[in-house]
Amino acid sequence: MSKFDFEHDIDIAWCPGCGNFPLRMSIIKALNELGLDPTQVVFSSGIGQAAKMPQYIDANYFNGLHGRGLSVAVAIQAANPSLTVIAEGGDGDMYGEGGNHFIQNIRRNPNITHIVHNNMIYGLTKGQASPTSPRDLVTPIQVDGVVNEPFNPMAVALSMGATFVARAFTGDSERTKEIIKAAILHKGYAIVDIFHPCVTFNKVNTFAWYKNNTYWLENDYDSSQLTNAMVKALEVQKFPLGILYDVKGKPTFDDNLNVYHEDKSPIISRKRDIANVNRLLK
Amino acid sequence: MRDSLTIVLSGEAGQGLATIEEFLVEAISKEYHVFTSKEVMSRVRGGNNTVEIRIAKDPVEALRYGIDYLFLLNNHSYYRLTKRVTDQTVVFTEDSFVSDEELGKVKAIRQPLNLSELAKQAGNRIFANTILFGYIAGMLDLSKDSCHELIAARFASKGEKIIAENHNAFNLGFDLGKAYVLPKKIGKPATIPVYKVMDGNTAIGIGALAGGVNFITSYPMSPGTTLLSFLAEKGKEFNVLVEQAEDEIAALNMVVGAWYAGARAIATTSGGGFALMTEAVSLAGITETPAVIHVAQRPGPATGLPTRTEQADLNLVVYAGHGEFPRIVLAPGKLEDGVHLAQRAFWLADKYQVPVFLLTDQYYLESFAQVIPFEIDDRYLESFVVKTDVDYKRYAFDPSGISPRGIPGNGVGFVKSDSDEHDEAGQITEDFDVRVAMNDKRLHKRTLLLADYVDEELIGPKDYTNLLVGWGSTYGVIKEFIETGDSKNTAFLHIRQPFPLHPKLKKYFDKSKNTIVIENNATGQFANLCKLELDVKIHSSILKYNGEPFSIEEITQRVTEAIR
Repeated sequence: MSKFDFEHDIDIAWCPGCGNFPLRMSIIKALNELGLDPTQVVFSSGIGQAAKMPQYIDANYFNGLHGRGLSVAVAIQAANPSLTVIAEGGDGDMYGEGGNHFIQNIRRNPNITHIVHNNMIYGLTKGQASPTSPRDLVTPIQVDGVVNEPFNPMAVALSMGATFVARAFTGDSERTKEIIKAAILHKGYAIVDIFHPCVTFNKVNTFAWYKNNTYWLENDYDSSQLTNAMVKALEVQKFPLGILYDVKGKPTFDDNLNVYHEDKSPIISRKRDIANVNRLLK
Repeated sequence: MRDSLTIVLSGEAGQGLATIEEFLVEAISKEYHVFTSKEVMSRVRGGNNTVEIRIAKDPVEALRYGIDYLFLLNNHSYYRLTKRVTDQTVVFTEDSFVSDEELGKVKAIRQPLNLSELAKQAGNRIFANTILFGYIAGMLDLSKDSCHELIAARFASKGEKIIAENHNAFNLGFDLGKAYVLPKKIGKPATIPVYKVMDGNTAIGIGALAGGVNFITSYPMSPGTTLLSFLAEKGKEFNVLVEQAEDEIAALNMVVGAWYAGARAIATTSGGGFALMTEAVSLAGITETPAVIHVAQRPGPATGLPTRTEQADLNLVVYAGHGEFPRIVLAPGKLEDGVHLAQRAFWLADKYQVPVFLLTDQYYLESFAQVIPFEIDDRYLESFVVKTDVDYKRYAFDPSGISPRGIPGNGVGFVKSDSDEHDEAGQITEDFDVRVAMNDKRLHKRTLLLADYVDEELIGPKDYTNLLVGWGSTYGVIKEFIETGDSKNTAFLHIRQPFPLHPKLKKYFDKSKNTIVIENNATGQFANLCKLELDVKIHSSILKYNGEPFSIEEITQRVTEAIR
């Protein structure tokens, strides 16, 4: 048995055929191949089918509120930078309800991995449009089809200064796993937007649709150039897959916090000296 | 009402009133008893702001409405204060700031004081504030040397020249003030303790540090922001991680995340910002993650009166959050309470794994008072975090009633927290029996945490017939009424933990023939809470909700009517 998986059978709440299943295996394999100690890994998630992922991986987790997984993750990492922190959720969770946290946390460049399941639909609430739903998609709410422009998380992340921006597709578990590994190893904020079908509610963006409307970036693609990445991020007829952008050396959120300028030990391990506090009462 | 002198400085935003206030309160505190409060308009420049400095022979910690000496600092600083001016009031003013006709309406006494002309004499108009400091120091016969020391300390970084110039400006004012013959004087106390002078915000900040705070994140909102500023200033020295959040939703979720990771975190806000945090309060409730939230009240609804005071968010913090879960609400009355309750809030949150609220208001936070220096001990730094073993279950049913709390990376177990209903291991469950057991476990903490109920304070005779009940910042004014009023059968019960209330409090109400609850709100929220929680009889309420705190005159008048 590999680490991060359970010895006993677990009851998984996803629909048979859901893209979350292969993604779960890609994540577990990635964590194992990186040799991480599960007690030092924390998942922070919101609410949705995607956000249930931590339930099915044997590590620490805080499964909080819809849209707020990123805020919790950033705080955990800052309070104890020795942990490996992964924020995970779906497109509605991270780009809709949590949209402001998505934008603002990129600016912080926290040293976390941000995994977003992007199936272009709401699953848990049964089939409404998500921020990434394509125009004209008919749903029980958008009865005449979606009229809003789809949200472009890759372009937003790049424009906010994200230091690692990638997109994967669960149809290729191996490459998805490798991208997740690279994201975890990246020092700074790393977003991986992961395409996968919703077999129950999205009859347009099916497995075949993703296959036909995506392509993997060529081996000679230079991911260190922001302009390259932005061009790729804006391609929405056929979506590029792979690491769009990867730049190293930018200070992270915890690097920038003055509590970590000299002392690198986690703030949670430091002791308060009451004598110093008493001086303030003099 | 205690014998006192009330000096009011009336100017505009950006004029440096706060700096003169800080100088004066420090200097006066060495020789008299003093209390200051301020009221400001919601604007960055202009408008009309006032600082009240109340000086007495005996301790005072309340606002007095009447003004003895009014200093006008510009030509629109009189009109808002006419109700507080009488024929006993001396108005220090430049000729053009207020007309004789206007002053004549109440026969107020004009005393020319041309600060801009004096500042020119001193070499620069920026010296006006220092001259004013000197003038008042002279009037009150304060020690020139100790005032000079304060100036030197304040301008230490600016060099000798600036200090010397300010000393000269001070002396110019001081000599004029000393020469002025006061129509109303107050004697100096024979001896006076060496006081520490601070505002409520500083008390809360010191208490938070003593409670082990090492993480604060908040979105700015008056009057809660000052705590964020205090901890930002102390952050480096005390290892406090300070982050301005993008909104209040993020702030409290980050606070919860930080506690989950093992930090002691706080968010500070006001009612409107707190409204955005309520979902995360519920999150703290079900995940049994500690959280400390400072809610600095100001009048609502919505934006209300942004810079004023009120006690109308008690119901908000008592009921905030969907679902049912326990919480603690603490409300300081005096400065010592601010230190002790803030300190205790972190310990209580850690011990019982519940959200703990520090409920203050603009008046409490921004008023300066004196406190006899005291030592704090480290008892509230006690940590309740356990090291996890392989079989660790975050939500174990423990005989103590509280599931031992581990943090990730501290031990060999996993810490699995969930906002869904969960089993002992933290996994989502829809098992009805587990749901009931978990809910009961959480709610049972409400009974357990009463073991650490913050004691109430009874001031006045034990065999009272009239009982005044107050909470939070009304402490000083009601206390002064009891200590100086002539009603010998009236006592004051000050409650520092408004929620949950301890059943032992019922006896105070049962003994009373006439119970009057005094609060800075319009609907008597605390009176209603007492009825609901303690099943006690409340005879009447004294309420105020115009945005101002109670003055000693108003309390005296309204209580006297109510107990007649």
